[in-house]
Amino acid sequence: MTRKTGLVFFPAYDYAISPTHPEREERLLYTQDQVLEEGLFDFDNIREFKPGIATPEDICRVHFCVPDLDTVAHASHLIAAGGCLTAADKVMSGEVDNAFALVRPPGHHSFRVVHGSRGFCTLNIEAVMVEYIRHKYGVRRIAIVDTDCHHGDGSQDIFWHDPDVLFISLHQDGRTLYPGSGFVDELGGPNAFGATINLPLPPGTGEQGFLYVLDDIVMPIVEAWKPDLVVNSAGQDNHYSDPITQMAFTAHGYAELNRRLAPDICVLEGGYSIQTALPYVNTGIILAMAGLDIAHVREPDYDAFDHRQPGEITDYLRRLKEAVFEQWHARSTLKRRFYPDGEFHTRSKDIFYDTDGLREHQRETVRICPDCGGTIVTDSRCDDTGNRILGITIPFHACDACRHHGEHQYEAAPSGRNLHVILQDKDRDRYLVRT
Amino acid sequence: MLLGIDVGGTHTDSVLLQDRTIVAKAKVATDTADILGSVLRATCAVADVERLKRVERIVLSTTVLTNAVAQDQLDRVGLVVMNGPGVAPADLPLAGETTIVAGYMNHRGIEAEAPDEPELNALADAFARDGIGHVAIVGKFSSRNPLHELCAAKIFVARARHVSLGHQLSGQLNFPRRIATAYLNEALWSLHARFVEQLAGYLAEIGIDVPLYILKADGGTIEVARSRDCPVQTILSGPAASIMGVLPLVPTDVDCVSIDIGGTTTDIALFAHGAPLLQPQGADIGGHRTLVRGLLTRSMALGGDSQVRVIDRRLVIGPERQGSAMAFGGPCPTPTDALIASGRADFGDKAKAAQAMADLARDLGRTPEETATAVVAQACDHIADHVRGMVAEVNAKPVYTIHELLEGRVIAPKRLIAVGGPAPCMADEIGVRLGMPALVPPNHDVANACGAAMARTTVELNLVADTEAKIMSIAELGERVKIPKRFTDEDVIAAGRERLLRIAREAGAREEDLAVEVTDRQSFNVVRGQFNSGRNIRVRVQIKPGLTHAGTGPSEVRP
Ligand SMILES: [Zn+2]
Ligand SMILES: [Zn+2]
Repeated sequence: MTRKTGLVFFPAYDYAISPTHPEREERLLYTQDQVLEEGLFDFDNIREFKPGIATPEDICRVHFCVPDLDTVAHASHLIAAGGCLTAADKVMSGEVDNAFALVRPPGHHSFRVVHGSRGFCTLNIEAVMVEYIRHKYGVRRIAIVDTDCHHGDGSQDIFWHDPDVLFISLHQDGRTLYPGSGFVDELGGPNAFGATINLPLPPGTGEQGFLYVLDDIVMPIVEAWKPDLVVNSAGQDNHYSDPITQMAFTAHGYAELNRRLAPDICVLEGGYSIQTALPYVNTGIILAMAGLDIAHVREPDYDAFDHRQPGEITDYLRRLKEAVFEQWHARSTLKRRFYPDGEFHTRSKDIFYDTDGLREHQRETVRICPDCGGTIVTDSRCDDTGNRILGITIPFHACDACRHHGEHQYEAAPSGRNLHVILQDKDRDRYLVRT
Repeated sequence: MLLGIDVGGTHTDSVLLQDRTIVAKAKVATDTADILGSVLRATCAVADVERLKRVERIVLSTTVLTNAVAQDQLDRVGLVVMNGPGVAPADLPLAGETTIVAGYMNHRGIEAEAPDEPELNALADAFARDGIGHVAIVGKFSSRNPLHELCAAKIFVARARHVSLGHQLSGQLNFPRRIATAYLNEALWSLHARFVEQLAGYLAEIGIDVPLYILKADGGTIEVARSRDCPVQTILSGPAASIMGVLPLVPTDVDCVSIDIGGTTTDIALFAHGAPLLQPQGADIGGHRTLVRGLLTRSMALGGDSQVRVIDRRLVIGPERQGSAMAFGGPCPTPTDALIASGRADFGDKAKAAQAMADLARDLGRTPEETATAVVAQACDHIADHVRGMVAEVNAKPVYTIHELLEGRVIAPKRLIAVGGPAPCMADEIGVRLGMPALVPPNHDVANACGAAMARTTVELNLVADTEAKIMSIAELGERVKIPKRFTDEDVIAAGRERLLRIAREAGAREEDLAVEVTDRQSFNVVRGQFNSGRNIRVRVQIKPGLTHAGTGPSEVRP
């Protein structure tokens, strides 16, 4: 059955990190050629939309930009995020059934605090979109399935404590690839334990393996969790031709994955094989979302014989499934072991910004709360820039206790010349800065 | 002097122009069974043979092909499509008439799969056996590399009457549209060839040796002999003539909108600082989406003869037309009757117009005078809404750079130009609603023929240079030439300019009209590993639609 699909295509032909960087101007050039040549915009059920531009309010609902938004972000980031918001608006208003934000630069490596760029990302565009949807349309439960080859560590960080956002990341095993995280035992914070699921896959995993993981692990969890909206963080660097990863996924596989997952919104993330993968993968995803025939989606150099799945991958994935469900079923017991009773839980993070060469030290304290996501206090400093912030996040649907705690922290915190105290009040949609 | 002839559905108009002034004009009835005869009668009505001999050129806009498409008088075409992977064959246009064969190019114009010669030979035999003399061959990405289409053409051309190739009709990307374009071109080829031969034959017979042109959908002219290869480009010459007809009045310092209020429909067009806007992808022709370069128009189902009814005590105008206005003996009330009854127009049978309004007024519970005013107001509201909608739609067109998104050109019309029968009686009221002054050109009744007469020759070329592969392809010419590794954007533009001028001259352009415009220019790195291994340069050059300078010089004859 065909579906009305919205496409926000924004290749940002005048933006690059550097001329030969993988995330560069012509990244979507050949995709545009292919999509135009295939005539996809002419299908009656596919419509192209111009991206909007995200506002500072949209960004501040997610991020603490240090020292401020203008310093860390470029117009391209606001348009990429804006493109996601346009996609969301078209779906939420019912103008289309689903939408694909085919935009760059990407965002899933950006954490709640942003001192600079990491993993080619500055602003977490789908997190900005998710918070926009919750704020503007009051949607309660959202599932993000991150199918980029890299662990979506930024999205995981942002939604770690959020019981209303299910975050599932499929990625090449962190022991073999940037950012080196995303292991099976990373399951979320004390107030959202089990709402984060990580599925590290062995290098060489291809179509058969991905679809097995989707059918046997991802779909049962998504279905049990009953989201109101499903987002695919649709990176394309699992492709067999990608220059910076070691996976073996195919264009047809990406199309089939999206057909089965049937996300409401897709957001492009990574994918750096700009000539031999992206044109075909994107064609496949668009056809799949629009409910059109994907049987003929294939790369010119694809050879089924080369793509048989090695036995050890089959075995590994079966063991992965067992491990994931063992944890999933025992999640209440596991939670007590991970987070013994107490009023607060604190974790420390050292975050490296590979793109900008910065290092951030962070202490994050969440109020353990059975009634809401819990107020989070983030103390972050970057010695390379000398910037420091104390960020207080009051969650959506905050309980009274968490609200009082958050407001008190904001008022009581000592501020100084080098310490900005910020209140990010998601529930009342306000962002206050005390310098 | 220039002679312009516009063959419309009911009338064929002709004008003789000198210095953009009408020297003579005429209207004759169109005989749809004998278009050539209509053309000749319209010609004779403005000039005798002696005068015709002194005409600099004759330009024709005709509906011969438009009608053929509408009435499905199309030749059977053997449609040969090299699809490769991607969209399923069943989802391609004309899937029922298509034969899919092996072979396709990738997005850089590199062969991904070779055609299968025995397969093509067998198909050519089958076509010959079935008496299919018209063949259209279309390959994926053939506008990046036409080699496969050319190879296949060699096989089919020996046994077919004529073969159309996708890449020759447009240099743009869009495979499904390329299929539809090549198909229509081939399906109309014989009809057009016959018409052109008869016309040229007749003019030669009476001793007239004047360059003869035909108007294309993009508002440009092409010499009739050259048009034989690309009949599909001339299908929409009628609407193009109407837009070109208002061009002399279009200001070049501001944006502007034109409306052509006809009997059943009103057509809207936009002008950016004097230049008519083109369809971004290509024109829609008889339900086929094509790659034919066409002027941008929006048609709405509201005209002077639209049926006006009262439904649930509300006025409803259109979309049907039952006949002419009651004031002209028609069967039901129309906006034209409202114009007459309210005193805005002074023609037709006033009593019948008043009766039309009285009928509506009864159902509406208002006076006939109020009703007439309300009909006109509602029609004007409706047209103004559509104009605003079209402007918004054009401005919502996606752009692909940050610069364009933040600082891109926005179309903001400041003038309204109205043509068509009811135009003089409605223009001001529509203008007021849009907040812009309205203008009705004198002689707007023959605006189309004037537009045809004054249009200049247009040509477009798409070039892609790949300095890594050291190849430059010029789509429309089917050319692939070797280039040095250091080839720059400027070199590509220069190469495009040189070829564009050559083709324009061959198509009959005049030297003074040869203003080359670069409409698209993009240049990207081709990166291999960590290194820059070349550049991918895309350039589009055109001679844009506009008015010719011809016929504006001193003349040896005076009317
Ligand atoms: Zn990635
Ligand atoms: Zn709480």
